[in-house]
Amino acid sequence: MKAWKEGDYRLQQVISNTRLAPGAFLLKFRKQFDFSAGQIVALGVSTDIEPRFYSIASSEEDELISVLYTEKPDGKLTPMLSMLNPGNPILVSKPFGAFTSFKSEPVFVAAGTGVAPFISALLSNKVRGATLIHGAPYPEYFYFSDYLSEKLGRNYIQCCSRCMPGSHYVGRVTSYLLQWDELDPNRNYYLCGSTEMVVETRSLLISRGVPPDRINAEIYF
Amino acid sequence: MPELLPLYGKTLAELQDIVSQEGLPPYAAMQLADWLYKKNVESIEAMTNISKSAREQLVGRYYVGLSKPEGVSASADGTKKYLFRSGNGKFVEAAYIPETGRATLCVSSQAGCKMGCLFCMTGRQGFQGNLSSGEIINQLRSIPEFKNVTNIVYMGMGEPFDNLENVLRSTEVLTSEWGMGWSPKRITVSSIGIIPAMNTFLSRSSCHLAISLHSPFDEERRMLMPIQNVYPIADVVEEIRKANIAGQRRVSFEYIMFDGLNDSPRHVREISRLLHNLRCRVNLIRFHPIPESSLRSASDETIIKFRDALTSKGIFTTIRASRGLDIQAACGLLSTKGLLKNKD
Ligand SMILES: Cc1cc2nc3c(=O)[nH]c(=O)nc-3n(C[C@H](O)[C@H](O)[C@H](O)COP(=O)(O)OP(=O)(O)OC[C@H]3O[C@@H](n4cnc5c(N)ncnc54)[C@H](O)[C@@H]3O)c2cc1C
Ligand code: SF4
Repeated sequence: MKAWKEGDYRLQQVISNTRLAPGAFLLKFRKQFDFSAGQIVALGVSTDIEPRFYSIASSEEDELISVLYTEKPDGKLTPMLSMLNPGNPILVSKPFGAFTSFKSEPVFVAAGTGVAPFISALLSNKVRGATLIHGAPYPEYFYFSDYLSEKLGRNYIQCCSRCMPGSHYVGRVTSYLLQWDELDPNRNYYLCGSTEMVVETRSLLISRGVPPDRINAEIYF
Repeated sequence: MPELLPLYGKTLAELQDIVSQEGLPPYAAMQLADWLYKKNVESIEAMTNISKSAREQLVGRYYVGLSKPEGVSASADGTKKYLFRSGNGKFVEAAYIPETGRATLCVSSQAGCKMGCLFCMTGRQGFQGNLSSGEIINQLRSIPEFKNVTNIVYMGMGEPFDNLENVLRSTEVLTSEWGMGWSPKRITVSSIGIIPAMNTFLSRSSCHLAISLHSPFDEERRMLMPIQNVYPIADVVEEIRKANIAGQRRVSFEYIMFDGLNDSPRHVREISRLLHNLRCRVNLIRFHPIPESSLRSASDETIIKFRDALTSKGIFTTIRASRGLDIQAACGLLSTKGLLKNKD
């Protein structure tokens, strides 16, 4: 679907590839080009496999670029990414993409690794007054939760679909949004995750009175 | 017993691999292609110029792989919408649209779609899988009007460039001498503009290209089509300019007209700026409302004015005739119903 083109990518070295939770990793390599929070890079381990896209999860100011990824056991690239060690080569494109203009007091809605662009925007101090609603199956998949709790306080909402009732809201982001009494149709909503999550969340927001032009989505297709 | 594999949709190179794996003479590949795509047989047993023992050998591993539509709805205007089931209970649609002097078939390339466009029923289904080349061409081969079809458009369910290899295999079968021998000028592949795949398509195929434009403005197109965040339309147009399309190949831009959203003089100006000096045409489309959506079609009067305004800017602009309104409303409705029925 997406072929590598000579000149579109650089060969880089992995700085670290840390397992954050079962099947979930944070991969770091040196930043070669400036980027805007919300942008993506294409990654690969060889030009024989089509590149895959990953949202940048680090601050614009960092010297390293981080990406969050989950391993798909029957996927082509991620099982190989998960084997990478520091010093191993990796193909990295220039940053690109336009999911970058976050208006003030945004509501970020993410599922899984879809939280990455929002982490980048927060770390880069690109937004004020943000609320983040993050969905994950188990507590360990709430990446950067210490930082996010400290930065956003009660405006950081974890929706844990398979947790026991307790410290998290138990359920998916869509069920949370359905009953969220602070939902304000005048705020701007930014969605990031799988097609299913984005399409469902967008329909739900529209049904709760949010105009479509206040919804912007990045789909991990 | 091993699972039988379909032959339909295989390219000549793939058929050559098969005959070589089976230890058959190399010319058998051409014979297979001839039976599949010119003589249109439905079983390997019917391929009578292939030796009986070779046929018996093939039957143990392969089958032709055609499948009839499972449902059809017919419009008063002659348009028919066919519902096909492919593996894993996936449903896809093909629309047969007869007109004076021609008949167009609109085929699907995927079951569901990953792209999540706001105005699209298929987008609401999510993604259920890619169609194989055989499943794509089967939508043509297995309808009763097969012989009447003069044009094919890849504008049904799915994003063709998210399933590029199978789409290219299918156009190769359709357009090759050894295949169905269609002129590529009778085939249009429509995409939302996945740039790398579009560039591959432009270099490997001579079929026409249609790009879903729907708004020339970033924010508006992003609202309608999240792909704008990854591949902005300005970049898509830039790549098409670089491809330097000449000859009979046609590039068109599809533009669904939404009431009060993308139908203003400001849009005309921006479209003419975006497409300035590009050899292309714009095709305006009425919107067929979908359930639970506030989007409405622009009026016929507005659409005509919009066409005239674009034409006066030097852009060749047409209005697509609305067909099959009584049966379809929107692409994806039939298959969504099929999917739901299947889940019950
Ligand atoms: C803009 C964008 C940003 C993204 N950002 C991130 C990110 O930050 N983090 C992240 O983890 N991912 C992200 N992704 C997704 C990422 O690009 C890869 O798709 C993902 O990592 C899987 O890659 P893979 O090669 O391992 O799996 P693939 O081989 O691509 O397969 C993915 C899954 O789809 C299934 N599949 C493959 N082909 C088919 C088929 N024909 N029919 C049905 N199912 C099929 C596979 O079985 C597998 O489970 C992003 C995608 C996009 C478009
Ligand atoms: S319009 Fe096309 S690309 Fe967009 S969701 Fe529908 S089928 Fe997919």
